[in-house]
Amino acid sequence: MTLETMPLSKALNAGLRKAMQDDPRVLLMGEDIGQLGGVFRVTEGLQAEFGDKRVLDTPLAESGIVGTAIGLAMAGFRPVCEIQFDGFVFPAFDQITSQLAKMTNRHEGAVSMPIVIRIPYGGHIGAVEHHQESPEAYFAHTPGLRVVSPSTSNDAYWMIQEAIASNDPVIFLEPKSRYWPKGEVELEASAAPLHASRVVRRGTDVTLVGHGAMVTTLLQAAALAEAEGTSCEVVDVRSLSPVDYEPILDSVRSTGRMVYAQEAPGNTSVGGEIAATVMERAFYALEAPVLRVSGFDVPFPPAKLEGAYLPDADRILEAVDRSLAY
Amino acid sequence: MTSIETPLVRILEADGSFAPSAASEQYLPLIDALADSDLEQFHRDMVVIRAIDTQATNLQRQGQLALWPPSRGQEAAQVGSARAARTQDTLFPSYREHAVTRIRGVDPLDIIKVMRGTSHGGWDPTDPKNGNTRIYTLVLASQTLHAAGYAMGLAFDGKTGSGDVDRDEAVVVYYGDGASSQGDVHEAMVFAASYNAPVVFFLQNNHWAISVPVQTQSKVPLVGRGAGYGIPSVRVDGNDVLASYAVSRTLLDEARGGAGPRAIEAVTYRMGAHTTSDDPTKYRGSDEEQSWALRDPIARMEAFLRSRGASDAFFADVEAEAADAAEDLRARTVELTAPTRNLMFDHVYSEQHPLIDQQRAWLDDYEASFEGGAA
Repeated sequence: MTLETMPLSKALNAGLRKAMQDDPRVLLMGEDIGQLGGVFRVTEGLQAEFGDKRVLDTPLAESGIVGTAIGLAMAGFRPVCEIQFDGFVFPAFDQITSQLAKMTNRHEGAVSMPIVIRIPYGGHIGAVEHHQESPEAYFAHTPGLRVVSPSTSNDAYWMIQEAIASNDPVIFLEPKSRYWPKGEVELEASAAPLHASRVVRRGTDVTLVGHGAMVTTLLQAAALAEAEGTSCEVVDVRSLSPVDYEPILDSVRSTGRMVYAQEAPGNTSVGGEIAATVMERAFYALEAPVLRVSGFDVPFPPAKLEGAYLPDADRILEAVDRSLAY
Repeated sequence: MTSIETPLVRILEADGSFAPSAASEQYLPLIDALADSDLEQFHRDMVVIRAIDTQATNLQRQGQLALWPPSRGQEAAQVGSARAARTQDTLFPSYREHAVTRIRGVDPLDIIKVMRGTSHGGWDPTDPKNGNTRIYTLVLASQTLHAAGYAMGLAFDGKTGSGDVDRDEAVVVYYGDGASSQGDVHEAMVFAASYNAPVVFFLQNNHWAISVPVQTQSKVPLVGRGAGYGIPSVRVDGNDVLASYAVSRTLLDEARGGAGPRAIEAVTYRMGAHTTSDDPTKYRGSDEEQSWALRDPIARMEAFLRSRGASDAFFADVEAEAADAAEDLRARTVELTAPTRNLMFDHVYSEQHPLIDQQRAWLDDYEASFEGGAA
């Protein structure tokens, strides 16, 4: 094994570089991604290495980025678009949901759309409005899109390459609060397919499930619970559409209890859909209702209130206690 | 600035007389180079598509189609530009370009499929028989960005700008005066200009966006928009097929030569309803419609051809072809049947998808439970 330790943002950079080396049709496009390397430096150095025809500093227009990416895909390219922040994806929403997502279906399979849309998402960074949101439900709700979110450096490195290799459009959600912590990357072989969910901590009493930055919070909660004598299993969903249910169901069948944690507002959320599916498919295994710990159903608050808004280990443990009390 | 003061390329007057406007001088060599057979083909194209368009409108009235957006009145703008495009060019229509698509090889029945509800796309743009004609786009102006991106790809791939007009590729994208207000047109022009993309923005100003007049979209001629992006733009009489042809050919060749994007405003008129669901009597007067009827693009070309000695036999032959095409379309339309239900599952993704597979299988089982129950 060749292990290298790097922050998630650098793992993405390495994964993008590898994808561009492997396939000359891969090109990157986005705002400030060239000379600057992106506001989070995920694309740092790539324009210098591959040139300005493969790393495009685009005009500042999100619908334009995605709409021209569709045309480039029709011309045989594999565009990887960067949306600068979660809240800035909405100017491109029409091109993503009415055009990109439906294009293969509209063509009855004659045209593929191998486009990746990278979106830094989520809170914990103390930023202003539109910079801390979790918009995954809009995209997971849209037929024709695939939606994934890596939570570790290793997943970031491999999942970005797998997303680029996919012939379907992939919404690639990057948990921006996890850009900086370092993790090990296995450079020789991927540990899991793009759409696999994965048990990241073994336990016996309660199954904790989540995606993106919440996986870290779930692991913190599991460690705290262990000190109090409760054994939590943690599942990283990794793929929000499609969801790989078997590992989740296997875990719930053994623990009988499940808590889902997400930063997004809970109403009509990915966690809500997963909770409902688990109740449909593992009803007799459940000792308690599946519980959800979500952001509140309010706009993401001013940064000084994000601690009150975002689920933390304590709110997850409160749900664990409620589950165990059934 | 009023539209009267804006230079307009017009070669044929409304009565068919050859009377080039001042702005058309530079384009006349292209007209001189046309053979009689080319001129006759332009006319034939217009007459046949009008018959097809009329047939499709009737089919909708008779309940055979959910909807039809008539192209009546816009034949010259469409035929001129489509005949100007070279074989290797790619065309992005909106949803009223029935003449354009037919000229490039698309079977009008494929448009009928979209309007009858048996298909969303209708045809495969990657099939060579369809002449690089992309499928219709129903959301206004979305396709302008796709066209700009496609043209960016041509530039990146070195498929343009070599100086060989028979090899260099260019793109035409069609949209209307209503769509011109959409932000995607603005972004498409910004991207096309920034990347020097070989795309011609072909705006058919048919004066009405359903019920809203063009004056609500813009206080000045729409051709003026291009200048703000550094895109050379030309206003053409969209009911003059020769003007549409010559300007389109010139600007497409400039774009394919590496000069960057170009724009055309073809001033025309939607003689029919927006779609068969529309009632123009609620928002425009018969005086206006009459004044445009006098500028009918087909009558204009017929008068021109007759002045050059075209025979009655030629016009009779065109009429016969048009009638046959319309009748053929009717016969094939009524035979179109619903696709199998798996169509809705089979192409949502290019690659295998567990949720789709599960739901397809569930529906099969569900339907089979009725079939089995009846047996």
